Amino acid sequence: MNWGSASAFFEMGGYGLYVWGSYVVAAVLMAVEPVLVHWRHRRALRDVSRMNSGNEAES
Amino acid sequence: MRDLFLAVLLRDLKLASRRRIDSLLPVVFFIVALSLFPLGVGPEPQMLRDIAPGIVWVCALLASMLSVGSLFAGDLADGSLEQLLLAPQPAIAVAAAKSAAHWLLTGLPLIVATPLVGLLFGMSGPALLALVAGLLLGTPILSLLGALGAALTLGLRSGGMLLILIVLPLTMPALIFGAGAVGNIEAGLDAGGHFSLLGALLLATALGAPPATAAALRISTE
Amino acid sequence: MNSPSLRLFTFAAPSRFYRLAGWMVPWFWAATLVLSVAGLYIGFFVAPTDATQGDAYRIIFIHVPAAWMSMLLYLVMAFWAGIGWAFNARLASMVARAIAPTGAMFTFLALWTGAIWGKPTWGAWWVWDARLTSELILLFLYLGYIALVNAIDDVRRADQAGALLALVGSINVPIIYFSVKWWNTLHQGATISMTAAPKMATTMLTAMLLMTFAFWAYAFAVVFTRTRAIVVEREAHADWVTELTRGKMHP
Repeated sequence: MNWGSASAFFEMGGYGLYVWGSYVVAAVLMAVEPVLVHWRHRRALRDVSRMNSGNEAES
Repeated sequence: MRDLFLAVLLRDLKLASRRRIDSLLPVVFFIVALSLFPLGVGPEPQMLRDIAPGIVWVCALLASMLSVGSLFAGDLADGSLEQLLLAPQPAIAVAAAKSAAHWLLTGLPLIVATPLVGLLFGMSGPALLALVAGLLLGTPILSLLGALGAALTLGLRSGGMLLILIVLPLTMPALIFGAGAVGNIEAGLDAGGHFSLLGALLLATALGAPPATAAALRISTE
Repeated sequence: MNSPSLRLFTFAAPSRFYRLAGWMVPWFWAATLVLSVAGLYIGFFVAPTDATQGDAYRIIFIHVPAAWMSMLLYLVMAFWAGIGWAFNARLASMVARAIAPTGAMFTFLALWTGAIWGKPTWGAWWVWDARLTSELILLFLYLGYIALVNAIDDVRRADQAGALLALVGSINVPIIYFSVKWWNTLHQGATISMTAAPKMATTMLTAMLLMTFAFWAYAFAVVFTRTRAIVVEREAHADWVTELTRGKMHP
């Protein structure tokens, strides 16, 4: 184990801001991107079913 | 193929000669843009001398990119582009001719204007020579790549800015070697390596860009 | 009729890819989770503190994998775009378009982490190091591709123009890297360079590789999902898509 305590872990030998600044941004990007893509997928499916129900209503 | 090349080239030159003011706009932009720098960064002579090669290259880049956007626009509008592409000779001739015309109308005037600009920035003789030599090798590269960008963005609403965005990264090696050569000369070093690389880049671009531009023209007009 | 090559090509049909990808994506997410947990554990709890850079070097476990992915994804994108253009294969072009945003994201991440790493190591928020500068230009190449395909309304023209641009870009990537490296060593000497990474202890290397594979699995998951979205958007008029939406909302 590298870290004596939880606070040592967060401080990263004084470089905490840099290390966590990197990891937090990475985590945010890699959490937001899949969500946006998921929304895009759902939106596409919704548009198709809306288009089809419109067609069915006509016929 | 040579006939088509010459025909397109001469036609473009003739058309440009009828709109002389328009043809001079890139050079005027070049000089005006360069004049902004002392106003922005201050008139201290040594600093201006230091940044001169870099900003001359960047302004040459921008002037080239701004004028290349309309390379095919006129021909597209009046239908002659379609006719040119229907010709039995390969479209590479058209692409090459257009690039050559752009260089003669934009690149060459820029090179002619450079000594004047060099004086404004207090560049030394050898440095200026290196700058002009670099631009002589580099501006054709800009015209060739610019033509590719123009062909890809043909007829698009956002054309101008988009063209600059997609072509600029591709021109960065030329910028690096061209400005670097002058930097070397100013530092008293040899710039042979830079010029060789610039020459190699020109050769590769001259061989590779026209076919790509021809393909882009076909993509954009089908 | 059942030769392997024919069977492989059936997945070139958007409908089949849609189903196959839908099945695979959860596994990719699982792999991402497992690999990243393993990589981060080793990276933070097993790999020792570096003698010269202290604990700041641990940024490497994000920075290097992101940079590698950014370059790999660009080439993969160009490849599939090229296939789509050469064989008129719609799905290949869709995959290429799906890759671009993720590739750009990794490029940005590599730049961001590179900048942050630079601050404690070299004292500046940005250094014009050869690799970082090349990475910046790579970001511009991605943005150019995305901008171009989005600016063209005609889907087929957009796919083809994008393919040409991506291919031209991938030829340029080594040229750009070489020229930037040349420029960098002339101006600053080899001292300022990200290659001055800590001598890799095996544990550090292991963690880095695990994170690379984690990012790879992530890329598959996201790109496949985005491709599925694009498939639905483009094939909206196909019968199989109608059947899809008539069934459940989210198959």
